[in-house]
Amino acid sequence: MHLLNLDSFIVISVIKVVVVFAVLLTVLAYLQWVERKVIAHIQVRPGPYRVGPHGLLQPLADVIKLITKEDLIPPHVNKPLYILAPFLAITMALLSISVIPFGPKITVDGYATYMQLTDLNIGVLFVLAVSSIGVYGIALAGWSSNNKYSLLGGLRSSAQMISYELPMSLAIVAPLLISNTLSLRELVEKQSGGMWHWNILHGPFPQIFGFLIFMIAAFAETNRVPFDLPEAENELVAGFHTEYSSMKFASFFMAEYANMITVSCMATLLFLGGWVAPWPAKYGSSYVPVAIFAAAGLIALFHGFQSAHRRDRLSLPVVGVTFLICAAVFLLPMVQQWLLPLFWFCAKTGGILFAYIWIRGTLPRFRYDQLMGFTWKFLFPAAMLNLLVTGFLVALRP
Amino acid sequence: MDVILFLAFAIIAVLCAINVVVQTHPISSAISLVGVMGSLAVLYLLLGAEFLAAAQVIVYAGAIMVLFVFVIMLLNAGSEGKKGRSLMAQLLGVPLLVAFLALMAYFVERLFPSTTMVHFGGFTGGGVKEIGRALFTTYLLPFEVTSVLILIAILGAIVLARKEMD
Repeated sequence: MHLLNLDSFIVISVIKVVVVFAVLLTVLAYLQWVERKVIAHIQVRPGPYRVGPHGLLQPLADVIKLITKEDLIPPHVNKPLYILAPFLAITMALLSISVIPFGPKITVDGYATYMQLTDLNIGVLFVLAVSSIGVYGIALAGWSSNNKYSLLGGLRSSAQMISYELPMSLAIVAPLLISNTLSLRELVEKQSGGMWHWNILHGPFPQIFGFLIFMIAAFAETNRVPFDLPEAENELVAGFHTEYSSMKFASFFMAEYANMITVSCMATLLFLGGWVAPWPAKYGSSYVPVAIFAAAGLIALFHGFQSAHRRDRLSLPVVGVTFLICAAVFLLPMVQQWLLPLFWFCAKTGGILFAYIWIRGTLPRFRYDQLMGFTWKFLFPAAMLNLLVTGFLVALRP
Repeated sequence: MDVILFLAFAIIAVLCAINVVVQTHPISSAISLVGVMGSLAVLYLLLGAEFLAAAQVIVYAGAIMVLFVFVIMLLNAGSEGKKGRSLMAQLLGVPLLVAFLALMAYFVERLFPSTTMVHFGGFTGGGVKEIGRALFTTYLLPFEVTSVLILIAILGAIVLARKEMD
């Protein structure tokens, strides 16, 4: 290996960018499938079932449908801003993934690199800044559409996002005080050593309230149920994206899911210890993924062999064997180095994303004045109190 | 690389600033102002003040300008009509602007003659720690006084708004 240092840095960076964005876009598409499936099962119906086994090719079909649809620009819109808004929304939503660390430093073929696109020493602030620019995408989309429903949706969303940004930022500051850094990587490294070192349980003041405040504010920031007032379909048709079609509509859709992923990653990194296993490897935490995948594989096989549906008799054993292969892969020592942290990171983030979907299937929507009253009269003071107590205890810490 | 980035974002900042004045619609002006803020943040970043850059984007572009846009959208302000300009403005506008800029340049040159050249990334006091320390030691009084001043402004706005509601 006599490549110039700079050259191999660029090559590695390009590979990392391509891999991260390919995975992110796939996850975006399949998150929607997972959401439809989970909500369907909550409501006791099968959900997408026709395209591919268990509707697994549905996201692909949706993408093709959205790309090939006619891209209509209504005549009375403010054209430059109408076109700018979806670009702004999707760019800002995808940008923040670039500072999220997925795992520790790993060595591939003698080259050590971080499982992260770039480590900024103001990583947390970068995510906040990018997400605050993302508000413009929605606000401008609502205004430039020249439609009263869109305008109301845009107004609601900008008011809501400004209001909930305050408790969210205050909730973020408390774990930063405990860990004493702004870099997302160092934040996780300070939480290593097991569950009781995570910010949610550790420190002079366990951040369990901070975590709850962050999650509530995050739901509002991403315009999700029960705070999805900007797109309340029974009062506002489709809210800020009423006038959008084809890929422009898809951009808003993808931006919402990308924001959900970013916020879940942030919650994982700030409060749940990032890629750190819940207990040290010497007590056997590295066998948990093997056990989970093996159990899932065996259950799928068991159901596959005695299923009533003919289709499942083929598809479920295939899924089961895939899970068993995954379980075996986790036992290989050479991939454990990077696969285990990745597993824990994805498990925690996935858990939070599941909570998102679960809540969407459970709770009704807030009324608009309740939404505003809740943040200013309860969430903001609570976040302030949490920050004050944490600050005092950190200052008194020997 | 630094110089190219500096020139690119300086040009964007100036163009956006001109656009703020030239545009007739308030929303377009506000969006151009966001462009100015963003390019300024990049310039801070080039100098090595990364916290200031992030704060610039979060506070100015992300909070204050969103409020501006929000208010413009709420009032549904239309574009301004062009009125006939006075003869005075047409004749004297450009020469007076040039004279003003020349005066400014002269005074800056006189007041700060020994200013050294600025180097990209040469500013070291831009970290969170340094700024936090400065705010809570050297500049504690101005900082607190400013925050009280802003609080008074907010209270004043609420009092004025309430009178109209009753």
